[in-house]
Amino acid sequence: MHDDHGHGHGHHHDHHDASSPEVRVEALEDLLVERGLADRERIDATTQRFEHDIGPMIGARLVAEAWADAGLRRRLLTDADAVVADMDIRGAEIEHIEVKANEPGVHNVVVCTLCSCYPWALLGLPPNWYKSPEYRARVVREPRRVLAEMGLELDAETEVRVWDSSSETRFLVLPERPAGTEGWPTERLAELVTRDSMIGVARVTDPGGQ
Amino acid sequence: MSIDLLEGSGAAPPRDNGELVFSEPWQARAFGLAADLVDGGHFTWDEFREHLIEAIAGWETASGSGGAIEPWDYYRCWLAALERAVAERDLINGDAVADRAAAYAARPAGHDH
Repeated sequence: MHDDHGHGHGHHHDHHDASSPEVRVEALEDLLVERGLADRERIDATTQRFEHDIGPMIGARLVAEAWADAGLRRRLLTDADAVVADMDIRGAEIEHIEVKANEPGVHNVVVCTLCSCYPWALLGLPPNWYKSPEYRARVVREPRRVLAEMGLELDAETEVRVWDSSSETRFLVLPERPAGTEGWPTERLAELVTRDSMIGVARVTDPGGQ
Repeated sequence: MSIDLLEGSGAAPPRDNGELVFSEPWQARAFGLAADLVDGGHFTWDEFREHLIEAIAGWETASGSGGAIEPWDYYRCWLAALERAVAERDLINGDAVADRAAAYAARPAGHDH
């Protein structure tokens, strides 16, 4: 990745004009590195961490443990930061996290209307649809319809709560535990928990299929 | 894209529920660069977020007014926010960035460093 010549990008140059993002990023990175303001190896390490080590499996483990342990579930819903700190989840110290539990009659869904705030430490970086202008604008206005379009039909009686993230507060949805999973070990439960279910745009599917 | 060559091999980058975390290498660099400058105390995530909100709102305003603009690209907004944060904190002079970008753009095609 890193070489003395000074380019850590690992890609070949096609025709890019000076206003292309490829060239702008390269120029900015090289200047910042030359002046000692940024460090290429640290940048490599950060991007690799987000590509390989941080992702929805971290949030899934938290959800599975909350399903299996009523005491942990209670703490998670009242003081998620403390639970996350106890579990030694890296990067969580910069985020204040609130967990919202789905239950019969209540469904929670998360958005960031202004940009793309998201619980990085628990879910990694957000998917493209989460960052799209359409989702950000519409899920607040017509959540039921947006969720239906994404494949999640909710009963008319179910209340939908939309949580708008901010730099201060990031939200994670605690999905409902599917029936038929009694007595499962947390590792197996965690495998059922998808990223989308923790954003609130999907349910956790019954192990036997629906 | 070099990523395609890795498809199906053990070296393929992991997908986040079917989606690459970064779809182009420059996106990863822009992300990592912002994170590194925050770690180094050159600006905060909150400052960066203000620039990001502005960049996204700028695109949305232009899009809503029907003007001819580029298609939606989140990481272009991210890069614009990064450039603004760097300029606002006087980390690098904007002209220096433009000069360097022009120099790189003038490299012969296929130049592979």
